[in-house]
Amino acid sequence: MTCRELADFIMSYLTGDLAPEVRAEFERHLTLCGNCRSYLATYQAAVELSRRALADPAAGEDGEVPEELVKAILDARRR
Amino acid sequence: MRPQPEGSAPGRDTLPGMGPRSGRRGSDAASDEDAALLAELRAGDERAFEMLVRTHSAHLLAVARRFVRNDEDARDAVQDAFLSAFRALDRFEGGCRLSTWLHRIVVNACLMRLRTRRRKPEQPIDDLLPTYKPDGHHTAVFVDWSPSAHDALERTETRALVSACIQQLPESYRTALLLRDIEGLELDEIGRLLDVTPNAVKIRVHRARQALRTLLDPHFRQESRP
Repeated sequence: MTCRELADFIMSYLTGDLAPEVRAEFERHLTLCGNCRSYLATYQAAVELSRRALADPAAGEDGEVPEELVKAILDARRR
Repeated sequence: MRPQPEGSAPGRDTLPGMGPRSGRRGSDAASDEDAALLAELRAGDERAFEMLVRTHSAHLLAVARRFVRNDEDARDAVQDAFLSAFRALDRFEGGCRLSTWLHRIVVNACLMRLRTRRRKPEQPIDDLLPTYKPDGHHTAVFVDWSPSAHDALERTETRALVSACIQQLPESYRTALLLRDIEGLELDEIGRLLDVTPNAVKIRVHRARQALRTLLDPHFRQESRP
């Protein structure tokens, strides 16, 4: 298995959907290739970072709501 | 009043194509506070409507901005979402919290906007994907910055950085990533929402994750240096 092929299989590997023989090849490549170990670790980190960053109410996303939006919503309801 | 889009019938606690997040149904049931507010809303209490809007708008606007980027579209999506919710109050069964129900409605409203508005050609994602030598090895050398990245998430600026990098993703890839990794939807559900095959969704999500990794790399690689 090449690095390119491993990268293509990452998502299936993480969800446990690889056929046993392919999984074995995937894991064998990881034992031999430090670069792919780093790539996989940072791929997983990117996924986890996005989940934690956007799931956090204090992430800085939730700011003040424009008063005109509140008014527009309530006015539209009354129409 | 704009017609309700087919396939998005708020009022059911789970929208078509957006099943409940697995394992959370029991703990996500409507609270006593929700039940009291719902009764006031159904009775037409104006203060209840205002409370609902003021309580939830900030979060819903933040969610909308993740999907539609343009602030005007985000506000319109939030307005659409509340109006849809107001029309569907009698059909809300309390199987989830009001906040969860509203969240699902605004995501659906954003997807409707993305489907119907005219889009500029999307920037290609190829520049953000890994490259390979003819023998299949990566051209780049990677550094495992994952341990320091998780620690860095304690800082507000790090969370803002991650959010900003997600915003840089091309729209169709960002949407797929948000639906899968943030909203927690299954590939087939996402496929129905986006009108593509589950395999196409899988490829988009994977490429979006790879692109996000590329965007985050220079920031966290720097942080990981001793």
